[in-house]
Amino acid sequence: MTVRLLEGSEAIAEAMVAAGCRFFAGYPMTPFTEVLEQMAARLPSVGGVCMNAESELEAVGMTWGAAAAGVRAATGSVGQGLSLMQESLSEMTFARVPAVILNMARGQGDYFQATRGGGHGDYRHIVLAPCDVREAVELVQLAFHLADEWRNPVMFMGDYYLAHVQETVEVKRIDFGPVADKTWALDGSTSGSGNARIVSPIVPTKRGAGVYLNYGQYLETIGERVRLMAEGVTPMVETLYCEDAELVVAAYGTPARIVRYVVSQLRAEGLKVGFVRPITLWPFPEEAVFKATRSARKVVVYELNTGQMFDDIRLAVRDRDIRFIGGVSYDLDGFGIAPALTPNNVALRIRGALNSIPREVA
Amino acid sequence: MNHIVRTDLPPDQPAKLIDDFAPPLILPGAHALCAGCGEPAAMRSVVEIIDEMGLTKRSVAVFGIGCYTMFSWGLDMEVMQALHGRAPSLATGFKRVKPDSIVFTVQGDGDMVNEGLQEVIHSAARGENITCVLLNNGVFGETGGHMTATTVLGQRTKTSLEGRNAATHGYPIRIAEMLAPLEGVAYVARGATNTVGMVWKTRRMLQRAFELQQAKAGFTFVEILTMCPTGWFIETGEAPDYLAEKLASFHEIGVIKDVADSKASEAQTESA
Repeated sequence: MTVRLLEGSEAIAEAMVAAGCRFFAGYPMTPFTEVLEQMAARLPSVGGVCMNAESELEAVGMTWGAAAAGVRAATGSVGQGLSLMQESLSEMTFARVPAVILNMARGQGDYFQATRGGGHGDYRHIVLAPCDVREAVELVQLAFHLADEWRNPVMFMGDYYLAHVQETVEVKRIDFGPVADKTWALDGSTSGSGNARIVSPIVPTKRGAGVYLNYGQYLETIGERVRLMAEGVTPMVETLYCEDAELVVAAYGTPARIVRYVVSQLRAEGLKVGFVRPITLWPFPEEAVFKATRSARKVVVYELNTGQMFDDIRLAVRDRDIRFIGGVSYDLDGFGIAPALTPNNVALRIRGALNSIPREVA
Repeated sequence: MNHIVRTDLPPDQPAKLIDDFAPPLILPGAHALCAGCGEPAAMRSVVEIIDEMGLTKRSVAVFGIGCYTMFSWGLDMEVMQALHGRAPSLATGFKRVKPDSIVFTVQGDGDMVNEGLQEVIHSAARGENITCVLLNNGVFGETGGHMTATTVLGQRTKTSLEGRNAATHGYPIRIAEMLAPLEGVAYVARGATNTVGMVWKTRRMLQRAFELQQAKAGFTFVEILTMCPTGWFIETGEAPDYLAEKLASFHEIGVIKDVADSKASEAQTESA
C-alpha cells in the first residue's frame, strides 16, 4: 500500500490513468487546467495520448473519436468551457459514446448545467460529485466504469478546492466488476463485411440492416434508455445524525465537507441537527433524502449559488418545511473560492434555521 | 450502325445484359439525392480507391452533416457520424489511438468551410495523418440552396438573391489554397465530378492522398467540386458546364501541393 500526499488534480489524473484512461483532450481553464497539466505529463509514459485541443469544441470532438475506437477517454473544462461543448455532449450521448467529462466547476453555479443537461434534446448524464480527494479517486474510476456499462457520458463534478487541496491518498485501480466487451467500437475490421459497424447520433443502423431504425425511432430508444439508467444506476448519498434530527442540512461537493464538520460540532453541543449529502447528482437519491428527512421539522440547503440543488431536495422531501441558506460567494478572480464558506458563517446560518423552528409550548 | 439503339420504335430484339456490376462498399438500394447531384460520383470514387488499394479492412469514414450524410448508412464501411463541422476532430481522436487505421472525413463546404473551419485548419496544422475530403458545390444544398463561404461571386442563392457580391456578402474562401502552405500538410488537390475525365483525374488525387496517409506523411486534402443543379436553380443538364464556368474558374482544378514535389524542389535548391 502506497499512501502519498497528492494535490487533488494530481490524484484525479493518477486515478484516471489507474482506471485505464488512455486518451485525454483539453483546453486550459482554471481549475480544469491543473488536471490537464497532470494528464499531459502522465499519459505519454503509459502509452496514452493527451491532446492540446485548440478549443473546447475540438477537445470534446477528439474525445468522441477516441472513445468510438473503444479507448477509455476523457475531457472536461469548467462550466464556461462545458457550455461550448454542449452540442457535442448531447449528440455523443445520442451516439452512445462512453466518455468521462470532468466538470471542474467554478463555484456551484453549474448544478443545473450538469444535472439537467446543458445541451439540446432529451438525454441525461450520470453525475458524480465527490467532497474530498479520497472520494474523488474512487468516483472518477467509477465514472469510467459506469460510462462503459451504460454507453453514456458520465460527468465528474469537482471544484477549485478539490483541484487544489492536498490529501494523503492511495491511488490504485478499483475493480467494479466486469463490463461487456465493446463489440460496437470501430477499428475498420468490419468494413466491406456487409455488416459494417456505425457509431452515429442520428441513424445508427446501416441501410438494409436486419433492424433498421430511422431517426425518430432512434430517439425513442434513447428516451427508453434514460428510464433504464434512472432505474438501474444506484443513487449514492451520505447521511449523518438524521435519525432524530429536527433540522437536516443538505449540501454537495466541497461545501458539504464544511457543512458536515459544522453539523458534527453542533451535535457535540447537543443540538439535533442532521446532514445529508447527495453523491450522485443524477440519478438524484430522492428516496434516501426523503427517508433522511422524516424526523426533521425543517430542511435547509446550503449551496454556493442561488439555490439549484434546492429544487431537487424540495421535490424529495415533499411535505417538509424547506429553506435555502446558501448564497453566491466568489473570490476576486471568480475561480470559485468562496469567502463566505467558513465554519463560522455556515454555523451561523444553521443556528438561525434551528432557531426559526417554532418551539412547542409545554 | 447497329450499335445505335432506336428509341422511337419498339425494340426488334429482346434486351440483352452486356455488363453487370455493383460498385464495391456501397450497400444495395437507391440513394435519395437529386438527379444531377455530383456527390454520388465523388463518394463512389473515394470508396472505389479504398477498395482498389486494399485498405477496406482498416478504413473508417467520418461523415459531416449535409446531403451526403445519407452515405453514412448507405456505405458498407465503418462510419463515425460527426456533428456539422466537427469531423476532423473525431478523426483526430480516432487516428491518434488507432494510428494504423485509414481515416477519412467527408464534409461539404457548409460543414467544413463555414461551421468547421477551425477544425480543418488545426487538424492540417497538426499534420494529422487523416484525409479530409471536401465535397464543394458552393451552396448549402440540404437546406435548399443558401450561400456558403465558398459560393462564388455572382452566384445566386436563396440568401444572395441578386448573386453574391463582395460588398454585401464578402469574398469566398479558397480553402485548399489556405491549407497548402501549412507545414503539416502533405497533399492538397482539387478535382471535380462534372465530366468522366474529371472523375478519373479526381480518383488519381484520392489515390495519392491515401498513399501518403499510408506512408504517415501528414495531412492530406482532396476537394471535389460537385454539381448541385437543385441548389443552383438551373436545369440538371446545365450543371456540369455551370460547374466548369462558375465554380472551377474561382476554385481552380489541379494538384496544389504534393510533399514529394516539395522535397524534390528543396533538394534541387540545396544542390544548386
